Amino acid sequence: MKLSPFFLALFVALLGRATIAADPPAPQSIILASTTSVENSGLLAHILPSFTKETGITVHVLAQGTGQALQTAARDDADLVLVHDPEAEEKFIAAGDGIDRRQIAWNDFIVVGPRSDPAHIAGTHDAVAAMQAIASARAPFVSRGDKSGTDALEHRLWRVAEIDPVKAGGGSWYRDIGGGMGAALNAAQAMNAYTISDRGTWLSFGNKGDLAVLVEGDPRLLNRYDVILLNPAKHPVPKQDLARRFAQWLLSPEGQAAIGAYTVHGEQLFYPSASHPK
Amino acid sequence: MGDDVWTVLGTAEFKRIVALSLTVSVSATAVAAVLGLPGGAALAICRFPGRRLLILLANAFLGLPPVVVGLALYLVLSRSGPLGALSLLFTPGAMVAAQTVLATPIITALVHRAIEEPWQEYGGALRVDGATPLRSIRILLAISRRSVLTAVLAGFGRTISEVGAVLIVGGNIAGYTRIMTTAIVLKTSEGELGLALGLGLVLIGISITVSASAFVLWDK
Repeated sequence: MKLSPFFLALFVALLGRATIAADPPAPQSIILASTTSVENSGLLAHILPSFTKETGITVHVLAQGTGQALQTAARDDADLVLVHDPEAEEKFIAAGDGIDRRQIAWNDFIVVGPRSDPAHIAGTHDAVAAMQAIASARAPFVSRGDKSGTDALEHRLWRVAEIDPVKAGGGSWYRDIGGGMGAALNAAQAMNAYTISDRGTWLSFGNKGDLAVLVEGDPRLLNRYDVILLNPAKHPVPKQDLARRFAQWLLSPEGQAAIGAYTVHGEQLFYPSASHPK
Repeated sequence: MGDDVWTVLGTAEFKRIVALSLTVSVSATAVAAVLGLPGGAALAICRFPGRRLLILLANAFLGLPPVVVGLALYLVLSRSGPLGALSLLFTPGAMVAAQTVLATPIITALVHRAIEEPWQEYGGALRVDGATPLRSIRILLAISRRSVLTAVLAGFGRTISEVGAVLIVGGNIAGYTRIMTTAIVLKTSEGELGLALGLGLVLIGISITVSASAFVLWDK
Protein backbone atom coordinates (compact mmCIF):
# COMPACT_ATOMS: atom_id res chain seq x y z
CA MET A 1 0.00 0.00 0.00
CA LYS A 2 1.03 3.58 0.33
CA LEU A 3 3.04 3.10 3.48
CA SER A 4 6.77 3.38 3.46
CA PRO A 5 8.40 0.66 5.54
CA PHE A 6 9.53 3.33 7.98
CA PHE A 7 6.00 4.59 8.52
CA LEU A 8 4.73 1.07 8.91
CA ALA A 9 7.37 0.31 11.52
CA LEU A 10 6.50 3.53 13.35
CA PHE A 11 2.82 2.66 13.27
CA VAL A 12 3.45 -0.80 14.60
CA ALA A 13 5.68 0.66 17.31
CA LEU A 14 2.90 3.04 18.33
CA LEU A 15 0.48 0.14 18.49
CA GLY A 16 2.86 -1.58 20.84
CA ARG A 17 2.79 1.37 23.19
CA ALA A 18 -0.95 1.86 23.04
CA THR A 19 -2.87 0.22 25.83
CA ILE A 20 -5.68 -0.99 23.68
CA ALA A 21 -6.23 -4.19 25.61
CA ALA A 22 -9.47 -4.32 27.52
CA ASP A 23 -7.33 -5.79 30.25
CA PRO A 24 -3.80 -4.38 30.11
CA PRO A 25 -1.09 -7.03 30.42
CA ALA A 26 0.23 -7.53 33.91
CA PRO A 27 3.72 -6.14 34.39
CA GLN A 28 5.06 -9.68 34.61
CA SER A 29 3.78 -12.20 32.13
CA ILE A 30 5.15 -15.21 30.29
CA ILE A 31 3.94 -17.10 27.25
CA LEU A 32 3.45 -20.83 27.63
CA ALA A 33 3.20 -22.74 24.36
CA SER A 34 1.12 -25.77 25.18
CA THR A 35 -1.11 -28.39 23.68
CA THR A 36 -4.82 -28.18 23.14
CA SER A 37 -5.33 -31.09 25.53
CA VAL A 38 -4.13 -29.21 28.62
CA GLU A 39 -5.70 -25.88 27.68
CA ASN A 40 -9.05 -26.91 26.19
CA SER A 41 -9.64 -29.49 28.92
CA GLY A 42 -9.73 -26.59 31.37
CA LEU A 43 -6.71 -27.76 33.40
CA LEU A 44 -4.66 -24.59 33.00
CA ALA A 45 -7.60 -22.29 33.64
CA HIS A 46 -8.10 -24.28 36.85
CA ILE A 47 -4.51 -24.18 38.16
CA LEU A 48 -3.09 -20.88 36.84
CA PRO A 49 -4.97 -18.49 39.14
CA SER A 50 -3.23 -19.90 42.23
CA PHE A 51 0.19 -19.48 40.59
CA THR A 52 -0.61 -15.91 39.53
CA LYS A 53 -1.94 -15.08 42.99
CA GLU A 54 1.18 -16.40 44.64
CA THR A 55 3.76 -14.84 42.31
CA GLY A 56 2.08 -12.00 40.44
CA ILE A 57 3.13 -13.64 37.17
CA THR A 58 0.44 -13.96 34.50
CA VAL A 59 0.76 -16.97 32.21
CA HIS A 60 -0.52 -16.46 28.66
CA VAL A 61 -1.36 -19.84 27.19
CA LEU A 62 -1.13 -20.69 23.50
CA ALA A 63 -3.08 -23.86 22.80
CA GLN A 64 -1.32 -25.50 19.87
CA GLY A 65 -0.38 -29.00 18.84
CA THR A 66 2.93 -30.25 20.25
CA GLY A 67 4.71 -29.79 16.90
CA GLN A 68 3.51 -26.23 16.54
CA ALA A 69 4.22 -25.40 20.18
CA LEU A 70 7.84 -26.55 19.84
CA GLN A 71 8.14 -24.52 16.61
CA THR A 72 6.76 -21.43 18.34
CA ALA A 73 9.31 -21.80 21.13
CA ALA A 74 12.14 -22.45 18.67
CA ARG A 75 11.30 -19.10 17.08
CA ASP A 76 11.62 -17.41 20.51
CA ASP A 77 7.91 -16.64 20.55
CA ALA A 78 7.21 -18.49 23.81
CA ASP A 79 9.05 -18.65 27.13
CA LEU A 80 8.52 -22.33 27.87
CA VAL A 81 6.56 -25.31 26.58
CA LEU A 82 4.25 -27.93 28.08
CA VAL A 83 3.85 -30.76 25.55
CA HIS A 84 3.33 -34.50 25.17
CA ASP A 85 5.38 -36.08 22.39
CA PRO A 86 8.55 -37.74 23.76
CA GLU A 87 10.20 -38.15 20.34
CA ALA A 88 9.65 -34.55 19.23
CA GLU A 89 10.77 -33.35 22.66
CA GLU A 90 14.01 -35.30 22.43
CA LYS A 91 14.70 -33.75 19.02
CA PHE A 92 13.94 -30.30 20.42
CA ILE A 93 16.47 -30.84 23.20
CA ALA A 94 19.05 -32.47 20.91
CA ALA A 95 18.83 -29.44 18.60
CA GLY A 96 19.90 -27.30 21.56
CA ASP A 97 16.55 -25.53 21.87
CA GLY A 98 15.34 -26.98 25.14
CA ILE A 99 16.72 -27.83 28.58
CA ASP A 100 15.48 -29.24 31.88
CA ARG A 101 12.68 -31.46 30.62
CA ARG A 102 10.54 -32.63 33.52
CA GLN A 103 7.38 -34.70 33.56
CA ILE A 104 4.56 -33.00 35.43
CA ALA A 105 1.63 -35.34 34.85
CA TRP A 106 0.28 -38.24 32.83
CA ASN A 107 -2.95 -39.73 31.67
CA ASP A 108 -3.66 -41.97 28.71
CA PHE A 109 -4.77 -42.08 25.12
CA ILE A 110 -7.88 -43.98 24.12
CA VAL A 111 -9.27 -45.34 20.88
CA VAL A 112 -12.80 -44.02 20.42
CA GLY A 113 -15.29 -45.01 17.77
CA PRO A 114 -18.95 -45.60 16.95
CA ARG A 115 -20.92 -47.92 19.21
CA SER A 116 -21.77 -50.04 16.14
CA ASP A 117 -17.99 -50.87 16.10
CA PRO A 118 -17.55 -52.37 12.59
CA ALA A 119 -13.96 -53.42 13.41
CA HIS A 120 -15.04 -55.28 16.59
CA ILE A 121 -12.42 -53.78 18.88
CA ALA A 122 -14.60 -52.74 21.84
CA GLY A 123 -13.31 -53.92 25.19
CA THR A 124 -9.89 -55.00 23.92
CA HIS A 125 -6.67 -53.66 25.41
CA ASP A 126 -4.21 -53.95 22.52
CA ALA A 127 -4.00 -50.71 20.58
CA VAL A 128 -1.86 -52.16 17.78
CA ALA A 129 -4.27 -55.04 17.18
CA ALA A 130 -7.08 -52.51 17.15
CA MET A 131 -5.36 -50.48 14.44
CA GLN A 132 -4.88 -53.66 12.40
CA ALA A 133 -8.55 -54.56 12.83
CA ILE A 134 -9.66 -51.07 11.73
CA ALA A 135 -7.42 -51.26 8.66
CA SER A 136 -8.57 -54.71 7.61
CA ALA A 137 -12.23 -53.78 8.13
CA ARG A 138 -11.52 -50.62 6.12
CA ALA A 139 -13.57 -48.81 8.75
CA PRO A 140 -13.47 -44.99 8.64
CA PHE A 141 -10.62 -43.60 10.77
CA VAL A 142 -10.00 -39.90 11.43
CA SER A 143 -6.37 -38.86 11.74
CA ARG A 144 -5.32 -35.52 13.24
CA GLY A 145 -2.60 -35.10 10.62
CA ASP A 146 -1.28 -32.00 12.41
CA LYS A 147 2.02 -33.19 13.93
CA SER A 148 0.56 -32.96 17.42
CA GLY A 149 1.52 -35.34 20.20
CA THR A 150 -1.61 -37.40 19.57
CA ASP A 151 -0.85 -37.51 15.85
CA ALA A 152 2.68 -38.73 16.62
CA LEU A 153 1.30 -41.48 18.89
CA GLU A 154 -1.12 -42.57 16.15
CA HIS A 155 1.70 -42.85 13.63
CA ARG A 156 3.85 -44.80 16.10
CA LEU A 157 1.00 -47.30 16.45
CA TRP A 158 0.67 -47.68 12.66
CA ARG A 159 4.43 -48.24 12.44
CA VAL A 160 4.31 -50.98 15.05
CA ALA A 161 1.30 -52.48 13.25
CA GLU A 162 3.35 -52.40 10.03
CA ILE A 163 0.61 -50.58 8.15
CA ASP A 164 1.02 -47.49 6.00
CA PRO A 165 -2.45 -46.00 6.46
CA VAL A 166 -2.10 -43.47 3.65
CA LYS A 167 -1.20 -46.21 1.21
CA ALA A 168 -3.85 -48.57 2.59
CA GLY A 169 -6.73 -46.15 2.88
CA GLY A 170 -5.78 -42.57 1.99
CA GLY A 171 -8.69 -40.95 0.21
CA SER A 172 -11.07 -43.69 1.35
CA TRP A 173 -11.35 -45.01 4.93
CA TYR A 174 -8.27 -43.17 6.30
CA ARG A 175 -9.24 -39.53 6.68
CA ASP A 176 -6.48 -37.06 7.54
CA ILE A 177 -8.30 -33.89 8.58
CA GLY A 178 -5.29 -31.72 9.52
CA GLY A 179 -7.00 -30.35 12.62
CA GLY A 180 -7.01 -30.24 16.40
CA MET A 181 -8.35 -32.91 18.77
CA GLY A 182 -11.76 -31.28 18.99
CA ALA A 183 -12.04 -31.02 15.22
CA ALA A 184 -11.05 -34.69 14.91
CA LEU A 185 -13.68 -35.76 17.47
CA ASN A 186 -16.33 -33.64 15.73
CA ALA A 187 -15.37 -35.26 12.41
CA ALA A 188 -15.36 -38.79 13.86
CA GLN A 189 -18.76 -38.17 15.42
CA ALA A 190 -20.16 -36.94 12.10
CA MET A 191 -18.63 -39.76 10.01
CA ASN A 192 -19.10 -42.68 12.43
CA ALA A 193 -15.35 -43.06 12.38
CA TYR A 194 -12.68 -44.26 14.81
CA THR A 195 -10.04 -41.89 16.13
CA ILE A 196 -7.46 -41.65 18.89
CA SER A 197 -7.91 -39.06 21.62
CA ASP A 198 -6.17 -38.05 24.80
CA ARG A 199 -8.45 -38.75 27.72
CA GLY A 200 -8.53 -35.14 28.94
CA THR A 201 -10.01 -33.76 25.73
CA TRP A 202 -12.40 -36.69 25.46
CA LEU A 203 -13.80 -36.26 28.98
CA SER A 204 -14.43 -32.55 28.50
CA PHE A 205 -15.67 -32.87 24.90
CA GLY A 206 -19.31 -31.88 24.53
CA ASN A 207 -20.37 -33.46 21.20
CA LYS A 208 -19.76 -37.18 21.78
CA GLY A 209 -22.94 -38.28 20.00
CA ASP A 210 -22.64 -41.99 19.27
CA LEU A 211 -18.91 -42.19 20.04
CA ALA A 212 -17.62 -44.31 22.92
CA VAL A 213 -14.29 -45.37 24.39
CA LEU A 214 -13.50 -48.74 22.79
CA VAL A 215 -9.86 -49.50 23.56
CA GLU A 216 -7.93 -48.46 26.66
CA GLY A 217 -5.35 -49.79 29.08
CA ASP A 218 -2.55 -50.59 26.61
CA PRO A 219 0.79 -49.43 28.11
CA ARG A 220 1.63 -48.03 24.66
CA LEU A 221 -1.23 -45.56 25.18
CA LEU A 222 0.53 -43.79 28.05
CA ASN A 223 0.38 -40.00 27.64
CA ARG A 224 3.11 -38.01 29.41
CA TYR A 225 3.13 -34.24 29.78
CA ASP A 226 6.53 -32.61 30.06
CA VAL A 227 7.54 -29.05 30.77
CA ILE A 228 10.67 -27.84 28.96
CA LEU A 229 12.59 -24.59 29.40
CA LEU A 230 14.36 -22.83 26.56
CA ASN A 231 18.12 -23.15 26.36
CA PRO A 232 19.50 -19.68 27.20
CA ALA A 233 22.59 -20.43 25.10
CA LYS A 234 20.47 -20.49 21.96
CA HIS A 235 17.44 -18.46 23.03
CA PRO A 236 18.28 -15.27 24.91
CA VAL A 237 14.71 -15.17 26.20
CA PRO A 238 14.54 -12.31 28.69
CA LYS A 239 11.94 -14.03 30.85
CA GLN A 240 13.90 -17.18 31.62
CA ASP A 241 13.67 -16.59 35.37
CA LEU A 242 9.90 -16.18 35.32
CA ALA A 243 9.53 -19.26 33.11
CA ARG A 244 11.70 -21.26 35.53
CA ARG A 245 9.58 -20.14 38.47
CA PHE A 246 6.49 -21.42 36.69
CA ALA A 247 8.11 -24.75 35.83
CA GLN A 248 9.21 -25.14 39.44
CA TRP A 249 5.74 -24.35 40.66
CA LEU A 250 4.24 -27.02 38.39
CA LEU A 251 6.66 -29.51 39.94
CA SER A 252 6.14 -28.31 43.52
CA PRO A 253 3.80 -30.15 45.90
CA GLU A 254 1.36 -27.27 45.59
CA GLY A 255 1.31 -27.29 41.78
CA GLN A 256 1.10 -31.08 41.70
CA ALA A 257 -1.84 -31.04 44.11
CA ALA A 258 -3.64 -28.47 41.94
CA ILE A 259 -3.17 -30.66 38.85
CA GLY A 260 -4.47 -33.75 40.65
CA ALA A 261 -7.47 -31.88 42.03
CA TYR A 262 -8.86 -31.00 38.61
CA THR A 263 -11.89 -33.03 37.62
CA VAL A 264 -14.50 -32.90 34.88
CA HIS A 265 -17.86 -34.58 35.54
CA GLY A 266 -16.29 -36.08 38.65
CA GLU A 267 -13.41 -37.74 36.78
CA GLN A 268 -9.78 -36.87 37.37
CA LEU A 269 -8.13 -35.83 34.07
CA PHE A 270 -4.42 -35.64 34.91
CA TYR A 271 -2.32 -37.64 37.36
CA PRO A 272 0.56 -35.62 38.84
CA SER A 273 3.86 -37.47 38.42
CA ALA A 274 6.73 -35.08 39.13
CA SER A 275 8.07 -37.28 41.91
CA HIS A 276 7.45 -40.61 40.14
CA PRO A 277 7.78 -39.99 36.39
CA LYS A 278 6.12 -42.69 34.31
CA MET B 1 -17.59 -26.26 29.94
CA GLY B 2 -21.02 -27.61 29.26
CA ASP B 3 -22.54 -24.34 30.39
CA ASP B 4 -25.60 -23.11 28.61
CA VAL B 5 -25.51 -19.98 26.53
CA TRP B 6 -27.29 -17.71 28.99
CA THR B 7 -24.96 -18.51 31.88
CA VAL B 8 -21.93 -17.81 29.71
CA LEU B 9 -23.29 -14.50 28.42
CA GLY B 10 -23.42 -13.16 31.96
CA THR B 11 -19.80 -13.90 32.88
CA ALA B 12 -17.05 -11.31 33.20
CA GLU B 13 -14.93 -13.34 30.80
CA PHE B 14 -17.60 -13.08 28.11
CA LYS B 15 -17.94 -9.32 28.59
CA ARG B 16 -14.18 -8.98 28.24
CA ILE B 17 -14.25 -11.00 25.02
CA VAL B 18 -16.97 -8.77 23.56
CA ALA B 19 -15.16 -5.61 24.69
CA LEU B 20 -11.88 -6.77 23.17
CA SER B 21 -13.57 -7.76 19.90
CA LEU B 22 -15.04 -4.28 19.60
CA THR B 23 -11.87 -2.49 20.75
CA VAL B 24 -9.64 -4.33 18.30
CA SER B 25 -11.99 -4.02 15.32
CA VAL B 26 -12.97 -0.40 15.95
CA SER B 27 -9.29 0.56 16.42
CA ALA B 28 -8.27 -1.24 13.24
CA THR B 29 -11.13 0.34 11.30
CA ALA B 30 -10.22 3.77 12.67
CA VAL B 31 -6.57 3.42 11.64
CA ALA B 32 -7.63 2.06 8.23
CA ALA B 33 -10.01 5.01 7.81
CA VAL B 34 -7.29 7.51 8.74
CA LEU B 35 -5.15 5.96 6.00
CA GLY B 36 -7.88 5.05 3.51
CA LEU B 37 -10.08 8.18 3.46
CA PRO B 38 -7.38 10.68 2.44
CA GLY B 39 -5.55 7.95 0.55
CA GLY B 40 -8.54 6.92 -1.55
CA ALA B 41 -9.52 10.55 -2.18
CA ALA B 42 -5.98 11.46 -3.17
CA LEU B 43 -5.98 8.58 -5.66
CA ALA B 44 -9.12 10.08 -7.19
CA ILE B 45 -8.01 13.69 -7.49
CA CYS B 46 -4.21 13.82 -7.58
CA ARG B 47 -2.08 12.79 -10.53
CA PHE B 48 1.29 11.29 -9.69
CA PRO B 49 3.51 8.48 -10.97
CA GLY B 50 2.46 5.08 -9.71
CA ARG B 51 -1.11 6.22 -9.10
CA ARG B 52 -2.68 3.64 -11.40
CA LEU B 53 -0.60 0.90 -9.80
CA LEU B 54 -1.79 1.92 -6.32
CA ILE B 55 -5.42 1.91 -7.49
CA LEU B 56 -4.88 -1.52 -8.97
CA LEU B 57 -3.26 -2.78 -5.73
CA ALA B 58 -6.03 -1.37 -3.51
CA ASN B 59 -8.60 -3.19 -5.63
CA ALA B 60 -6.54 -6.35 -5.93
CA PHE B 61 -6.12 -6.48 -2.12
CA LEU B 62 -9.88 -6.41 -1.54
CA GLY B 63 -9.66 -10.18 -1.40
CA LEU B 64 -6.52 -10.45 0.71
CA PRO B 65 -6.79 -13.81 2.54
CA PRO B 66 -6.77 -13.12 6.31
CA VAL B 67 -4.84 -16.29 7.07
CA VAL B 68 -2.01 -15.22 4.76
CA VAL B 69 -1.93 -11.72 6.23
CA GLY B 70 -1.77 -13.33 9.67
CA LEU B 71 1.06 -15.63 8.69
CA ALA B 72 3.09 -12.84 7.05
CA LEU B 73 2.62 -10.60 10.06
CA TYR B 74 3.51 -13.49 12.35
CA LEU B 75 6.87 -13.88 10.63
CA VAL B 76 7.50 -10.12 10.78
CA LEU B 77 6.52 -9.76 14.46
CA SER B 78 8.09 -13.01 15.69
CA ARG B 79 10.91 -12.40 18.16
CA SER B 80 13.24 -13.86 15.56
CA GLY B 81 11.67 -11.70 12.83
CA PRO B 82 12.55 -8.16 11.67
CA LEU B 83 10.22 -6.38 14.13
CA GLY B 84 10.62 -8.92 16.92
CA ALA B 85 12.09 -6.32 19.29
CA LEU B 86 8.65 -4.72 19.59
CA SER B 87 7.35 -7.82 21.45
CA LEU B 88 4.03 -7.34 19.70
CA LEU B 89 3.26 -10.94 18.75
CA PHE B 90 0.41 -12.51 20.75
CA THR B 91 -0.86 -9.11 21.93
CA PRO B 92 -4.01 -7.17 21.01
CA GLY B 93 -1.72 -4.69 19.21
CA ALA B 94 -0.72 -7.37 16.71
CA MET B 95 -4.39 -8.12 16.11
CA VAL B 96 -5.11 -4.46 15.37
CA ALA B 97 -2.17 -4.37 12.96
CA ALA B 98 -3.42 -7.46 11.10
CA GLN B 99 -6.98 -6.19 10.80
CA THR B 100 -5.73 -2.78 9.69
CA VAL B 101 -3.87 -4.43 6.81
CA LEU B 102 -7.12 -6.15 5.82
CA ALA B 103 -9.40 -3.11 6.11
CA THR B 104 -7.19 -0.43 4.56
CA PRO B 105 -7.44 -1.61 0.92
CA ILE B 106 -11.22 -1.96 1.26
CA ILE B 107 -11.70 1.58 2.54
CA THR B 108 -9.16 3.00 0.09
CA ALA B 109 -10.65 1.33 -2.98
CA LEU B 110 -14.26 2.17 -2.09
CA VAL B 111 -13.46 5.79 -1.20
CA HIS B 112 -11.54 6.17 -4.45
CA ARG B 113 -14.61 5.02 -6.36
CA ALA B 114 -16.90 7.24 -4.32
CA ILE B 115 -14.80 10.38 -4.94
CA GLU B 116 -14.16 9.84 -8.66
CA GLU B 117 -17.56 11.02 -9.82
CA PRO B 118 -18.00 14.12 -7.65
CA TRP B 119 -14.44 15.09 -8.61
CA GLN B 120 -15.39 15.04 -12.27
CA GLU B 121 -18.48 17.06 -11.44
CA TYR B 122 -17.01 19.63 -9.04
CA GLY B 123 -13.27 19.37 -9.74
CA GLY B 124 -13.33 22.24 -12.25
CA ALA B 125 -15.18 24.54 -9.88
CA LEU B 126 -12.85 23.66 -7.00
CA ARG B 127 -9.83 24.41 -9.15
CA VAL B 128 -11.30 27.75 -10.29
CA ASP B 129 -11.98 28.45 -6.63
CA GLY B 130 -8.27 27.93 -5.98
CA ALA B 131 -8.88 25.11 -3.53
CA THR B 132 -5.75 23.25 -2.45
CA PRO B 133 -5.82 19.43 -2.95
CA LEU B 134 -6.22 19.02 0.83
CA ARG B 135 -9.27 21.30 0.86
CA SER B 136 -10.68 19.57 -2.22
CA ILE B 137 -10.35 16.20 -0.47
CA ARG B 138 -12.22 17.51 2.58
CA ILE B 139 -15.03 18.95 0.48
CA LEU B 140 -15.39 15.87 -1.71
CA LEU B 141 -15.41 13.52 1.27
CA ALA B 142 -18.18 15.65 2.79
CA ILE B 143 -20.18 15.54 -0.45
CA SER B 144 -19.81 11.76 -0.66
CA ARG B 145 -20.30 11.15 3.05
CA ARG B 146 -22.85 8.36 2.49
CA SER B 147 -20.61 6.33 0.21
CA VAL B 148 -17.70 7.05 2.54
CA LEU B 149 -19.70 5.67 5.47
CA THR B 150 -20.41 2.53 3.46
CA ALA B 151 -16.68 2.19 2.77
CA VAL B 152 -15.86 2.47 6.49
CA LEU B 153 -18.62 0.02 7.44
CA ALA B 154 -17.34 -2.44 4.84
CA GLY B 155 -13.91 -2.15 6.50
CA PHE B 156 -15.45 -2.69 9.92
CA GLY B 157 -17.40 -5.69 8.63
CA ARG B 158 -14.20 -7.25 7.43
CA THR B 159 -12.43 -6.77 10.78
CA ILE B 160 -15.19 -7.88 13.16
CA SER B 161 -15.94 -11.07 11.21
CA GLU B 162 -12.37 -12.13 10.52
CA VAL B 163 -10.75 -15.05 12.36
CA GLY B 164 -7.80 -16.31 10.31
CA ALA B 165 -5.41 -13.46 10.96
CA VAL B 166 -6.19 -12.76 14.63
CA LEU B 167 -5.94 -16.45 15.49
CA ILE B 168 -2.37 -16.55 14.19
CA VAL B 169 -1.01 -13.24 15.51
CA GLY B 170 -3.16 -13.08 18.66
CA GLY B 171 -2.94 -16.72 19.71
CA ASN B 172 -6.46 -16.82 21.23
CA ILE B 173 -5.00 -16.43 24.74
CA ALA B 174 -7.71 -16.68 27.41
CA GLY B 175 -8.32 -13.35 29.13
CA TYR B 176 -5.85 -11.52 26.89
CA THR B 177 -6.30 -11.99 23.13
CA ARG B 178 -9.45 -14.08 22.93
CA ILE B 179 -12.20 -12.40 20.90
CA MET B 180 -15.61 -13.45 19.64
CA THR B 181 -14.51 -15.19 16.45
CA THR B 182 -11.64 -17.10 18.05
CA ALA B 183 -13.87 -18.06 20.98
CA ILE B 184 -16.37 -19.51 18.49
CA VAL B 185 -13.62 -21.58 16.86
CA LEU B 186 -12.54 -22.80 20.30
CA LYS B 187 -16.04 -23.70 21.47
CA THR B 188 -16.65 -25.59 18.21
CA SER B 189 -13.46 -27.59 18.76
CA GLU B 190 -14.61 -28.38 22.30
CA GLY B 191 -17.77 -29.85 20.82
CA GLU B 192 -19.88 -27.16 22.51
CA LEU B 193 -21.78 -26.54 19.29
CA GLY B 194 -24.84 -24.92 20.88
CA LEU B 195 -22.68 -22.50 22.82
CA ALA B 196 -20.59 -21.75 19.72
CA LEU B 197 -23.73 -20.98 17.75
CA GLY B 198 -25.02 -18.78 20.59
CA LEU B 199 -21.78 -16.78 20.56
CA GLY B 200 -22.11 -16.55 16.77
CA LEU B 201 -25.58 -15.05 17.04
CA VAL B 202 -24.33 -12.55 19.61
CA LEU B 203 -21.48 -11.60 17.25
CA ILE B 204 -23.92 -11.05 14.39
CA GLY B 205 -26.08 -8.95 16.70
CA ILE B 206 -23.13 -6.80 17.76
CA SER B 207 -21.96 -6.34 14.19
CA ILE B 208 -25.43 -5.34 13.02
CA THR B 209 -25.93 -2.98 15.96
CA VAL B 210 -22.65 -1.15 15.40
CA SER B 211 -23.19 -0.79 11.66
CA ALA B 212 -26.84 0.23 11.99
CA SER B 213 -26.07 2.81 14.70
CA ALA B 214 -23.30 4.31 12.59
CA PHE B 215 -25.63 4.41 9.63
CA VAL B 216 -28.47 6.09 11.53
CA LEU B 217 -26.20 8.64 13.23
CA TRP B 218 -24.34 9.53 10.05
CA ASP B 219 -27.15 9.41 7.57
CA LYS B 220 -29.75 11.58 9.29
